[in-house]
Amino acid sequence: MSSDEIARPLSKTARRGPTSRFLRKYALQLGIVAVALIVWVLFLIGAPRTFLSKEIYVSFMSTTPYFALIAIPLTLVIITGEIDLSFASVMSFGMVGYDVVFVATGSVWLGFFACLVCGLIAGLVNGMIVVKFGVPSLVATIGTWYLWRGVVLVITNGTGLGMTATTTTALHDIVVGRVFGLIPMQFFWTIGVGAIIWFFLNRHRFGAHVYLTGDNIESARLMGVNVGRVKILAFTIVGLVAAFAGFVVSAELLFYWPTLGDGYQLTTIASVFLGGTSVFGGTGTIFGTFVASFIIGAINAGIVASGLTNFWTQLIYGLIIVASVSIQTLLGRKLT
Amino acid sequence: MGYVLQMKNISKTFGEVAALHDVNFEVGDNEIVGLLGDNGAGKSTLVKIITGYHQPDTGGEVLWKGAPLEHFSVARAHAIGIEVVYQERALADKQSLWRNIFMGRELTTAGGKLDVKRMRAETLKLMHSAMGFTSSAITTESTVKTFSGGERQGVAITRALYFRAELVILDEPTMGLSISETRKALDFVRSIKAAGKSAIFIDHNIFHVYPVADRIVVLDRGTIAGQFMKNELTLQELTDRLYDVAKTGNLKT
Repeated sequence: MSSDEIARPLSKTARRGPTSRFLRKYALQLGIVAVALIVWVLFLIGAPRTFLSKEIYVSFMSTTPYFALIAIPLTLVIITGEIDLSFASVMSFGMVGYDVVFVATGSVWLGFFACLVCGLIAGLVNGMIVVKFGVPSLVATIGTWYLWRGVVLVITNGTGLGMTATTTTALHDIVVGRVFGLIPMQFFWTIGVGAIIWFFLNRHRFGAHVYLTGDNIESARLMGVNVGRVKILAFTIVGLVAAFAGFVVSAELLFYWPTLGDGYQLTTIASVFLGGTSVFGGTGTIFGTFVASFIIGAINAGIVASGLTNFWTQLIYGLIIVASVSIQTLLGRKLT
Repeated sequence: MGYVLQMKNISKTFGEVAALHDVNFEVGDNEIVGLLGDNGAGKSTLVKIITGYHQPDTGGEVLWKGAPLEHFSVARAHAIGIEVVYQERALADKQSLWRNIFMGRELTTAGGKLDVKRMRAETLKLMHSAMGFTSSAITTESTVKTFSGGERQGVAITRALYFRAELVILDEPTMGLSISETRKALDFVRSIKAAGKSAIFIDHNIFHVYPVADRIVVLDRGTIAGQFMKNELTLQELTDRLYDVAKTGNLKT
């Protein structure tokens, strides 16, 4: 008996009608929406006063983008089969660029530009170390995580920078202003970044190559995909967006702390994995990451509103990462 | 007879290991060349040089239709019409059928935007014609990992055909296939011949290679141990001589 005869009964089960096919194809997306609804109902029951007022939702839209912005491009890196842990330091490294240029020139716009350039460079460096030197990204980005944090602390000498100067420019309104005096601009930026990256992932050659690289790097290479360039570009986008997110946080809080970014590692990574992106690479969706990051944001608020101490948040985020990765792996084995 | 591909004095070393040593190999117009050899004989290395994946050591020369190939790469190999159906079948398991067909050569409109509609339509057409997938269970969106071995081979072979290959390289295309699927794969090799194209058919099963090849080349430990036209030798004689090669490293021709 040949191997494919054994495989056949399995492949039959994978082929049902169009409804089942739709459910299968969008299983993860439907799943994450279901999880979001369940979490929301739980919090409505647990803390009705908080979750029936509009303030909590405005607060979500204001603070969730801090990490949701980065989780979206991080999804690309994880689909290619790599990981980036350094983004939290890159948030702060970008702001060092702002700090130095703003202090030297007095220009908020030039500072903002320098911030983005620093992020771009940091991301590019990650990509180069991983692709050109062949260092596993887990190790490489733990290294750069401390490297950029170190650079930040050395340059700033540990002191922060007031950001009130930004409020005199249009940039502040563009980045963190309130639409109708209510909805924070960073929420729209998150949707915008999500839409752009969704387009590149699903409707552009770059995204097709991102999936192929993570799915079967050897065959991608044999079919002429420049896998190195794909990975470097993915890391660079994370760096660029991380620096932008760093600016968003600092502009919103009107102060830049050199420790900026600490505490966003867990929430960002949890968003990507909870959103259904495979830890093995090759699959993942921007929609999943987007919804998952708001679930994570809600959990943060919900824990506090339900009267639990903030100490619970780390425990719960850790649990979410472990559980979502495990469930995915088990399901993945079942569906094959 | 003219040659599509000529390789002269090709060597390839990886560190200390000489995978190929001074190999002269050619494929004629509309010729099916069977490439036989044991594991580690250098077949895969030879193929990877032909497809631009590896560069040969300096001193060797590769000619395509009589003209030397320089700065050869995978992209260039595709562009001139060299197609490979790999033994590991070169498919991305978690991706849809249409993404696999157009892997690395996506149809795009301006600025690299994927022309998803056209790729789906082309894939659908190929499913019914070349691949012979009639089951309604398989769609252009089906992920390849749900396919059987024969179906996967069909995808890889169809992909090669779709991109108008001049020279198709089949790297152990019958490995792991059932008897009827093997016959399908061999029919495909014949269809390459009928279409006026050339092919290199690599296998270590001589019973698969012999019926379809015009000429058989035996590779052993990185060198060409011998070669002959099929009509010079019966299958029995070939089998006997291959035993000799295994023992002595040389094929009497």
